[in-house]
Amino acid sequence: MSNQQLTVVGGGLVGGAIAYGAARAGMRVRVLDQGDVAFRASRGNFGLVWVSSKGGNLPRYARWSRDAAKLWPALHKELLELTGVDSGLQQPGGFWLGFSEAEVKARAALLEKIDRAVGDVPFQMMEPSELKQYLPGIGPAVVGGSFGPLDGHANPLMLLHGLYAGLRQKGADVITGVDVAEIRYDADSGQFEAVASDGQSWKSERIVLAAGLGNARLAPQVGLHAPVTSTRGQVLITERLKPFLNYPTNKVRQTREGSVQIGSTSEDVGLNDGTTTDKIEWLARRAVATFPALARARLVRAWGALRPLTPDGYPIYQASTSCPGAYVATCHSGVSLAAAHSFVIGPWMCGFSEAPPNFDVFTGDRFLDPTASFSHDH
Amino acid sequence: MTTDALFTISQKSKPELITITFDGKALTVPAGISVAAALLVGGVHEFRSSVVGQVPRAPFCMMGVCFECLVEIDGVPARQSCLVPVRDGMVVQRQIGAAHLDEGHTGEEA
Repeated sequence: MSNQQLTVVGGGLVGGAIAYGAARAGMRVRVLDQGDVAFRASRGNFGLVWVSSKGGNLPRYARWSRDAAKLWPALHKELLELTGVDSGLQQPGGFWLGFSEAEVKARAALLEKIDRAVGDVPFQMMEPSELKQYLPGIGPAVVGGSFGPLDGHANPLMLLHGLYAGLRQKGADVITGVDVAEIRYDADSGQFEAVASDGQSWKSERIVLAAGLGNARLAPQVGLHAPVTSTRGQVLITERLKPFLNYPTNKVRQTREGSVQIGSTSEDVGLNDGTTTDKIEWLARRAVATFPALARARLVRAWGALRPLTPDGYPIYQASTSCPGAYVATCHSGVSLAAAHSFVIGPWMCGFSEAPPNFDVFTGDRFLDPTASFSHDH
Repeated sequence: MTTDALFTISQKSKPELITITFDGKALTVPAGISVAAALLVGGVHEFRSSVVGQVPRAPFCMMGVCFECLVEIDGVPARQSCLVPVRDGMVVQRQIGAAHLDEGHTGEEA
């Protein structure tokens, strides 16, 4: 085991996956988790392991998403064997369903562009008659769709549980209820000190900021830039139903336990993680238009969750040059990218491996360019 | 299946009695109470089988939160029996596993 200590600030799916990857690579790892006052995106997301349409304006991100999906089975298997926790991974391929010809045409152009730029991101456009062979329940509102054979879904709560169980197995310390207020760096000793608002502190040679929305405030303290904002996703959950949907779709998925998850909105509402009647109605109507039989299903829950989002929608991964040993990692798709975070980002941020090739596109410094403007499709 | 009831209705209240059936067996129960209460008074211990593990389940919260008391009522599966008042002639069945969207699942109030 390494003599160096790594502190990971943030115990969600991003921090948990990187910490697990570091611990399994032989690092001494400590995770500082804020606790239940945090806006826990990891406990409120949609659960897709998705490749299709990712990275339309950034081929490196499309490749990263594809590679992450291909690494997922190994993470699933490892966690299951090590901890007995089943992340619920299923990768049968997934569908995007469109309600208008224009939408379908734009989708085909986007997927074609990504496959041409990146390669090996296969897709298939389908007419309703063909879609019905896979999704017999679709309604007349669906005028076309695409199938992505690499797409799938998992149970985000079980994944998080599995990562925590794996961290314990690998001897990592997970400390909860810690509100990290400040990161200090002592250039002489090369040590970082994470200081909590209650005065407790922890020292280490390396530190990874994986604090989601909190990264915006913490990153500048170690010479990094992570202008993370939030987007709210509202999601509906039905009672458990007998299996009727064998593939995840962009609008509706059925969990292995039978619940149907209907998602999701993407709203810019600041730090408000509530639900609203108009969005619940909109989600329900869209789900019923997609699968008319859902009109007979009862809803048992709705929730809102705040998910981190950068100005261009793509992740930030960066090593600090002014404070060597400090890193920042932040992204919107903590489920999709989990295996890449464990197997690739973890070892990199321990200093055990180089940064993945062509990773400069993910530095937070890209947002410092005063002449650039950014938009995202979330 | 029915066995000895864990709950009884106070004899002092002299309630009006009605008849429902549970899995084909007639139960005479007080009017004006919930299906869940009626089944408990009628000695029903297993309301449903769980979706994932197929093990027996019975009411837990009796106030519409826990979804443990699901039964099929008059052909509509997965009703929360603690929220539905009994009605004379009601046909109640054990809920086996998850509800099926195709089986008379109207979601209408009985």
